[in-house]
Amino acid sequence: MQLTVNGTAQELDDIDADMPLLWLLRDVLNIKGPKYGCGIGQCGACTVHVAGQAVRSCQIPVADVWGPVTTIEGLGTPDAPHPVQAAWIETQVAQCGYCQSGQIMQAASLLSATPDPADAEIDAAMSGNLCRCGTYPRIRAAVKAAARAMAEET
Amino acid sequence: MGRVKTIARRTFLIGSAAIAGGVAFGVWRFHAPHANPLLDGLPKGAAALTPYVLITEGAITLITPRADSGQGAVSVQAALIAEELDVDLDQVEPDPGPPSPAYWNTALSSDAVPFRATNDGWLAETVRDLADAPMKFLGMQVTGGSTTVPDGYDKLRRAGAVARETLKAAAAKVHGVAARDLRTDRGALILPDGTRIRYQSLAEAAAATAPVTDVALRGPKSWRLLGKPMQRIDMVAKSTGTQAYGIDMDLADMLHAAIRLNPAQGAALRGFDAAKAKAMRGVQKVVEIPGGVAVIADNTWRAMQAAQAITCDWAPTPYPPGMDGHWQALSDSFTEDAQDSRWRDVGDVDAALESGADVAVEYRAPYLAHAPLEPLNATVRYTPGRTDIWTGTQVPRFVQANAAAITGQDAAHVHVHAQMIGGSFGHRLEDTAVRHATRIAMAVPGRPVKLTYSREEDMAQDFPRQIAMARGRGRVADGRVTAYDLGIAIPSVLASQMGRQGIPAAGPDLQIVAGAWDQPFAVPHYRVTGYRAPALAPVSSWRAVGASTNGFFHDCLLDELIHAAGADPLEERLRLCTHAPSRRVLEAVGEMSGWGTPLPERRGRGVAFCLSFGVPCAQVVEVSDTQDGIRLDRVYVAADVGRVLDPVNFEGLVQGGVIFGLGHAMHAATTYADGTTEQRNFDSYQAMRLSQCPEILVRGLETAAQIRGIGEPTVPPAPAALANAIFAATGKRLREMPFDRAVTFA
Repeated sequence: MQLTVNGTAQELDDIDADMPLLWLLRDVLNIKGPKYGCGIGQCGACTVHVAGQAVRSCQIPVADVWGPVTTIEGLGTPDAPHPVQAAWIETQVAQCGYCQSGQIMQAASLLSATPDPADAEIDAAMSGNLCRCGTYPRIRAAVKAAARAMAEET
Repeated sequence: MGRVKTIARRTFLIGSAAIAGGVAFGVWRFHAPHANPLLDGLPKGAAALTPYVLITEGAITLITPRADSGQGAVSVQAALIAEELDVDLDQVEPDPGPPSPAYWNTALSSDAVPFRATNDGWLAETVRDLADAPMKFLGMQVTGGSTTVPDGYDKLRRAGAVARETLKAAAAKVHGVAARDLRTDRGALILPDGTRIRYQSLAEAAAATAPVTDVALRGPKSWRLLGKPMQRIDMVAKSTGTQAYGIDMDLADMLHAAIRLNPAQGAALRGFDAAKAKAMRGVQKVVEIPGGVAVIADNTWRAMQAAQAITCDWAPTPYPPGMDGHWQALSDSFTEDAQDSRWRDVGDVDAALESGADVAVEYRAPYLAHAPLEPLNATVRYTPGRTDIWTGTQVPRFVQANAAAITGQDAAHVHVHAQMIGGSFGHRLEDTAVRHATRIAMAVPGRPVKLTYSREEDMAQDFPRQIAMARGRGRVADGRVTAYDLGIAIPSVLASQMGRQGIPAAGPDLQIVAGAWDQPFAVPHYRVTGYRAPALAPVSSWRAVGASTNGFFHDCLLDELIHAAGADPLEERLRLCTHAPSRRVLEAVGEMSGWGTPLPERRGRGVAFCLSFGVPCAQVVEVSDTQDGIRLDRVYVAADVGRVLDPVNFEGLVQGGVIFGLGHAMHAATTYADGTTEQRNFDSYQAMRLSQCPEILVRGLETAAQIRGIGEPTVPPAPAALANAIFAATGKRLREMPFDRAVTFA
């Protein structure tokens, strides 16, 4: 089986076809940014991009992955963060931080489709991502800050 | 002496008995310091300047023994040390350090005695000091009770100052100058001629220098870091997917485990059939453990699938199978025999209520799972001579002691490596997951095994927040509240929690009435009684503990009485309030919210107040009754912690605590059917989602005499402020959480 993850083509042998993408990433490829939170698509901690679209990696069997996969590690790095990550750092969104990989991947997907989202659009796009610490006010602020930064860049 | 010592060492003194224990067992060893654990196996050339500062040629390491589960504990501990050590946060490496009695929590005990936090009189202070003694003997290295800041405020700054002055003494010796002629600046000593010497290059000399302990702490006016907006140390890692949590452990040759435990908590496994599981791909071993069975496999997914494939025969629990039985047990506990405390009893409540009550009501609060987003996990490598444990924990010494008991090893051979925690809210005050992981690892000696709970197991095996019931009555006259009588029935959380550590809990349980008996109001006839309900489902500390339920009961009864009196909710609270910082937070939210200004139809404001963990916190919630249901528009919060160490993190924690309090009050309950919890995942158990989140405006006051922590005190007033706001908007009184049983939320 072949899979491209963060720009690298992976040749995968002896993989269970029904294994969720999340566990392939975490346990086989040792990519630990996507998190396990619920396993039923209710929390969004496992959110990654498949072919540029935000998806719950715990809900996608490996055999069904339809395009290249990008995880938080592929979005940006500590030295070269994506504008969404930079906004998250600047706004100091994280508390425990466990949901934030998923929040950031969800927000990056929203902003690539909707560069200047209205409040209701942010609410709709981000409400599938649970944060138990209650960082929602800063998530909203960081999404808006990232939208401004990305608009200035272009 | 021997007998008294035995009692004191083995008993967690949770109420008035702490006084007797503390006094009897005296202070004879209380002032002897614990040994510095960093001196064990310290390499040559490294200096362990106090248990908190380790300097080697390569790095300045600051020990931050309080666990970080998102509250920013690592950053604030590092900043307290760094402020006096004269280093910047980007020059240091934080490290949780080993479990050690040297890191016992000084502040935890001062809230374990029945004196109101507003009481700073001689007797209260003396008893608080004495209560420290058993806490120290237990070596309670515990993160909890919003104590990280009050515990570390002097201790960590002093550690930084001692290290700085010791470095100066070392440099003075090496360079033949007087220590008083040396300055320190951002990780370096400055010689009189301006030469900068990095702290790291002085490590060897400092190690050979006697610690300089005669130090004075700097005042807030000269602080460089504290009191100003700080960049938390973990922000970059947590925004780039590079922060490693316990669940991310990856060791060479590591195996993965999953678990199936009796969902009727604590009851036995009668038998099981694992034939199907054993035949599944990647499965290496099936291990029976107390109350369940575990699967060891080559990855987490396969282990979890195989665990699900085991057929189990479970024994039933001793506690009531359904909620009716739990509520009945609480209802039956309002008796003289079950009375646990009556520390607030002013005037003559019985006489005042003899002719009847103007308000007579009952309130209920459900069990609640902790459900942090990172499920329980622990990685353990067992060998006959040594055990290593990697896990996030608030109780590293308990983890160490319990693993030692399970492996039969000396605690010195059990090494606990504390990990970053993906949320806790009290979840990681328990260590049963680590005990299971230890037993599983013993089945494959020499190989590390990571046990990851499925979400379903995490929630089924959680020890939830206590269930609670309250009955309130009161009288009003001439537009004032004149009599207030609140009885609260709760099973003892600390008896349940400490029981799992083999430590009996003696005396009345303060948490049964915390957030209610200790409120700073002067009602002429005023009584708060705690009733100890029998042990039901096992329970544990959930963010704000007793006050998380009692803050709701106490303030809502007050609000009902104020409305019955026809008084203004804010004005009457202020009139009754006797404590200056508490008055100030009430006045602050009044001003912030424009209290008293008219609102459109179908909108309402509710105010609530609770003093918990020594912190007075007032909140005003503003709601609209819309076609889609109740919408939360805005929340105004004021809290007085004495001193705000990082305004950015303070605001975030306040908002998070308010959302935690509101979200659970709106939607969440853990209920039992057939002796097992009905909510096992976020489809059936959830608090607030982003779309429901109101705007939350925060003001931190700094007028209280003592510095306090903000992790918990904003939780208790939130449900009451919401219930009071919904009453103001709709005329409907909500007396049972979660509120969505009675109203719809937009």
